[in-house]
Amino acid sequence: MTGPASLIALDALAERIPDGALLAVPKDESGVAMAASRALVRRAVKELHLLCVPTSGMQADMLIGAGCVGTVECGAVSLDEFGYAPCFRRAAETGAIRVLDSTCPAIYAALQASEKGQPFAPLRGVIGSDVQRHRADWKVIQNPMAEGEDPVLILPAIRPDIALFHAPLADVHGNVWVGNRRELVIMAHAAAATLATVEEIADINLAADERYAAGTISALYVDALAEAEGGARPLGLHGRYGRDDGALRAYAEAARSEDGFQSWLDRHVLSGREAA
Amino acid sequence: MAGISRDAFLIAALARLIGDARSVAVGAGSPIPAAAALLAEEASGGRVRPMILGSSLCGPFNDNGPELFDRAGQGRIDVFFLGGGQIDGAGNINLVGTGPYPKPETRFPGSFGSAYLYFMVPRVILFREEHSRRVLVPKVDFISAPGASDVPLERRGGPDALLTGKALFRFSGARRRFGLESVHPGATMDEVRAGCGFEFDCPDAAPETPAPPVEWLALMNGPVRRRVAEVYPAFAETRLGA
Repeated sequence: MTGPASLIALDALAERIPDGALLAVPKDESGVAMAASRALVRRAVKELHLLCVPTSGMQADMLIGAGCVGTVECGAVSLDEFGYAPCFRRAAETGAIRVLDSTCPAIYAALQASEKGQPFAPLRGVIGSDVQRHRADWKVIQNPMAEGEDPVLILPAIRPDIALFHAPLADVHGNVWVGNRRELVIMAHAAAATLATVEEIADINLAADERYAAGTISALYVDALAEAEGGARPLGLHGRYGRDDGALRAYAEAARSEDGFQSWLDRHVLSGREAA
Repeated sequence: MAGISRDAFLIAALARLIGDARSVAVGAGSPIPAAAALLAEEASGGRVRPMILGSSLCGPFNDNGPELFDRAGQGRIDVFFLGGGQIDGAGNINLVGTGPYPKPETRFPGSFGSAYLYFMVPRVILFREEHSRRVLVPKVDFISAPGASDVPLERRGGPDALLTGKALFRFSGARRRFGLESVHPGATMDEVRAGCGFEFDCPDAAPETPAPPVEWLALMNGPVRRRVAEVYPAFAETRLGA
């Protein structure tokens, strides 16, 4: 690796995420670093502030169930076709985690503010909802550009400590190709540091190839990379492999009880070593 | 509903509500609205343009990130679908949970983009198959998105209709309440009333929600089933299977 990013092992990548970190992760379709999340569970990270961009599924649910999360900030946490997210639901109902309820475009807008180095972002709508009422960090201002009365919501910029995701391809210079998963670009630009796992690392320069450049996150933003083949499994990875519906269904069923989740975790995470 | 599946009936009813819209967006976890948007596209000869979250084939304007919301903010999405763990008679929806907040009795997934899209998309179609007093409540426990706002708030959209497994309601922005439009075949007015916890404008007799035309059934069994499988394979196979 000749770029600023360093190529490290999966467990070493997980070591770079400290307890209490504000960790940004993408929604299920966009390249979720599941292998790295399992490594995080094994190293028993605590009190994460998990920012779901803008939603999460099994990743958030598993990290919550394993006791890694203090706060989850999200548009939603759900297993979609496989039903509600059982550990998230349990932890929210018992108060074991703090849920910072947001709405999807607010998360994007706050990250985009950070991307631009701006203190806040305005967003239409939301005013009068209980989402807004329960967010003391959000404010309503008069639109300073309007002649008449025009209240607008403003959101403080969110600067994650770390953005974590899984992508199909990186190059030897540390550039990471994410295709049209634009929220990954926003996450990487907004965060203080980016950690990525990738299917493969090729001896090319993604930034110098027009076919890849538009979907590439520059190595400037990428602090460390780990190679993890199948690193999004059992979730899918765009262009590479589909979601393992059987595994998702089995998780959704097992996690319905605390005991069921613990035995699932023992079997699939704690006793297992990642292949990569 | 003789001869056709319940899912096909609801898909067709939603497709009819799309009407003459052009840009129709469908959010996460919404197989029936996704199928409806595809049916509307097929039946309109391509005039209706669906944008389905999670689809790379049906999201020609979708960058998988904020573009859906940016487009809605510009007024370039005509129709969107939302559900609700609870929906009340003022069109408020609750996607967060029942009971007190922040420690709810039953936690739902979360508000998704509703708190924004309910304001930005001119016509939001509410869809919730369960027609019960558990869902259709006098007042939601948490307002993910309010059905109406007091002026001078900039707001171009809100609820347009509510489709349940038993009936179709239309929302009146001026009256801030629903009115019963039609009752599905096999359901009765008494059932519609008994299963609804909020008051609504109710004619003495409501017409029957029409069944889909034969051509639509063919579209649902063919291209719609094939295309919805890109995002909802299990749904396409088990619920839209021929």
